[in-house]
Amino acid sequence: MTFLLFAEQMLNGLQFGIMLFLMAAGLTLVFGVMGLINLAHGSLYMIGAFAAAAVAGATGSFTLALIASLAAAAAAGALIELTVIRRLYKRDHLDQVLATFALILILSEGTRWVFGSFPLYLDVPSYLSGPVMLPGGIQYPLYRLYIIGAGLLLAVGLFALIARTRIGIQIRAGEADREMIAALGVDISRLYTLVFALGAALAGLAGALVGAIQSVQVGMGEPVLILAFVVIVIGGIGSIKGALVGALLVGMTDTMGGVLLPRVFALFMDPSAATTVGASLGSMLIYILMAVVLIMRPSGLYGST
Amino acid sequence: MAEPLLQTRGITKSFGALKASDAISLDLHPGEIHALIGPNGAGKSTLIKQIAGNMTPDSGTVHFLGQDVTALDTVARARLGLGRTFQISALAMDFTVLQNAVLGALGARSGVMRFFLPVMKDRALLARAHEALERVGLQDHAATRTAELSHGQRRQLEVAVALTLKPKAFLMDEPMAGLGAGGSKRLTGFLDGLRAEAPILLVEHDMDAVFALADRISVLVYGQVIATGTADEIRANPDVRRAYLGEEDAP
Amino acid sequence: MTRETYINAALSLLLVLVPFWAWSTGQAYILTLCTKVAILALAGVGLNIALGLGGLVSFGHAAFFGIGGYAMGILASHAQTFDPIMDWPILIEGTKSMPMIWLVAMLASALAALLIGALSLRTSGVYFIMITLAFAQMLYYFTIGWPAYGGEDGLSIYVRNSFPGLNTLVPVQFLILSYVILGLALLFSARLARAPFGLALSAARQNADRVETVGIAPYRLRLVAFVISGAITGLAGALFADLNRFISPTMFSWHTSGEIMIFVILGGVGRLYGPVAGAALFILLEHLLGGVSDYWKIFLGALLLAVVLFARGGLIGTLAGREVAHG
Repeated sequence: MTFLLFAEQMLNGLQFGIMLFLMAAGLTLVFGVMGLINLAHGSLYMIGAFAAAAVAGATGSFTLALIASLAAAAAAGALIELTVIRRLYKRDHLDQVLATFALILILSEGTRWVFGSFPLYLDVPSYLSGPVMLPGGIQYPLYRLYIIGAGLLLAVGLFALIARTRIGIQIRAGEADREMIAALGVDISRLYTLVFALGAALAGLAGALVGAIQSVQVGMGEPVLILAFVVIVIGGIGSIKGALVGALLVGMTDTMGGVLLPRVFALFMDPSAATTVGASLGSMLIYILMAVVLIMRPSGLYGST
Repeated sequence: MAEPLLQTRGITKSFGALKASDAISLDLHPGEIHALIGPNGAGKSTLIKQIAGNMTPDSGTVHFLGQDVTALDTVARARLGLGRTFQISALAMDFTVLQNAVLGALGARSGVMRFFLPVMKDRALLARAHEALERVGLQDHAATRTAELSHGQRRQLEVAVALTLKPKAFLMDEPMAGLGAGGSKRLTGFLDGLRAEAPILLVEHDMDAVFALADRISVLVYGQVIATGTADEIRANPDVRRAYLGEEDAP
Repeated sequence: MTRETYINAALSLLLVLVPFWAWSTGQAYILTLCTKVAILALAGVGLNIALGLGGLVSFGHAAFFGIGGYAMGILASHAQTFDPIMDWPILIEGTKSMPMIWLVAMLASALAALLIGALSLRTSGVYFIMITLAFAQMLYYFTIGWPAYGGEDGLSIYVRNSFPGLNTLVPVQFLILSYVILGLALLFSARLARAPFGLALSAARQNADRVETVGIAPYRLRLVAFVISGAITGLAGALFADLNRFISPTMFSWHTSGEIMIFVILGGVGRLYGPVAGAALFILLEHLLGGVSDYWKIFLGALLLAVVLFARGGLIGTLAGREVAHG
């Protein structure tokens, strides 16, 4: 394997990891602050992608499309929180799993109803398309670099938000002790809606950004959701830092495993079989990674209890 | 004096800078009630957990029936015959009172991996369960759902489940907590008779009960046992008066 | 007799009368639907032992359903091509015999449940939910990439497997077979709940400290429950594959795990007949609403949401009221 290919795959892994982080951040925030496990997070990713595709189709502006994805997912998140999710905070995990599974059914079929079963396409704008030359002679698509940059910027912004701002202090207090923040006079139900909408907006943006590389279709959020769960379980549920580390680990493992394993298998199998077996083992790798992490540390890398 | 049944030697446990147990050595002899008292935060729960097997000490050992059990977990210690009751009732709330007692009897007899015969028709288990309920005075509530019991009745059931195990020693964490004066008095009378069967290590806040029952009292302050002795010795001990009784037991 | 007993009896009667009516009026399609209800209910009976009795929220029972299905698919496909599964060191051939297939399906899924359970039960709460999900996903991706048995496209078995003395291709005969197995599983599950093991497992769900204090290790109870649960769901997978004469990675998908869970919850978690009521309701809805709208899952979602938010005992719990479900 050449260095160039390796470097390109590393960047792909990084890009995938960053997108997973945008998904996982919301999940882990919602779990950390509200103690809620939300399967419908993938639907918010899907909603963001559909909103972006619809707005880009109508206006032709990619920037407007991204703004639409943020707004639509945040609004959908707030709506879901107000109508359903807040009834679940005091319920056990089984009820949370089932109710949010029900939300997936409703949101997925609802989207299919509105947009139909055919995938939509969200085009990369011309000023972001095409490859660029990186130092070391690596040719890499500009749009993927843009995603990496935008994701990193958002990650930094999120960490700053939590470390520096008033909202961030309230979020951290909420993670440490739910009764305490009530005692501090924080309007908890507003904080919860806000946190949920923030997580939703990040997921929606991730959906729109990825939607321009893949197609926009119903069910697109589900594989990503499960990976995001793997991410936060590896990182330790509730930890933003864990989500970042977990996302990069999973992104890298998945991408590199998918590329390297078929080559390893090709050494002793016929090439076409090696490709399929290697690819499927590659997608098993992250689950093996998760199992190993949980065996060593049953509450994840940065989990508290 | 006879060989102690239960013994801790130099148990130490730290959480960061805080020494919750500081070289604690206690023993429990056959036929005695040994009470452990101390202000809140003195490290009583931490000590209980280490004796019961929920927590491993950083150093020091726990001996039970002459055997070093420091490395054994709760289950193994229970099987050896350590009967424990909890400060906050740990009962199967959806079960009837009788089912909780049968569970204890089942634990005492091996053979939980049986999948076909109805457990609530097992005569031997039922006999043992009923006997224990009768001893604590819950026989009329056998069919009541545990969640519907009063607080005091739950405490009685805790003791009954421990009785079904026919333990060699009891470890009781504040059995009087939340009982009214009447209930407290009845339980005191009951424990008084129980010590002949198996000795009791009793953690208790109710000073009337402690001074009425205990053959010996140990006082735990900041993770250290500052005194051990009879009720009179403890009352007279100046360290104890200063550290503890002077503040909390003012008449 | 409690009210729940009457409801169970009425439900049993209904499940017998409907196919009897369908059979006498020659509606083979309804017979197939009833068979599907019985098989899916069987999968739910399996999950209910872990979830209802043991309180183990497994979000990965599709793993066992799929393993049961693939056990059938692998054995039957080798038998249909007369190509042994392996010939060294010992010769293992495929088979079309249902009892043999069921045995293999149950052993394989029990073994998988032992491995998955041994690892997953070290965790609890959300971690347990997620790690069971992850193990099922792992198998899902493995079967997608495993070309020998159809990979992503799945694998068809042309003729339904055989049972001594029966013609399983006659819908009513396969239906009776499925009903008998479901009946046996219900009987087993009812006895299990009342046995010493069931008492201890249920107690471990309610209060693990209590169980430890009487000298019983909750981990062992839960692991055994998980294995039994997996084996029953695996058997259901083998039957389901035989019903459709088709296996595919979808059997392993997380939607399958979610649906098995839905059967249990719609019917009433921890109730003996919960999975039966739930699976019947699910198939009924799929059939009725599916005819009205292509988007029937919206209504399924809304119903599930309503059950979780407002009727926590499920169908049987709502009808029977709050009663001690075991004992």
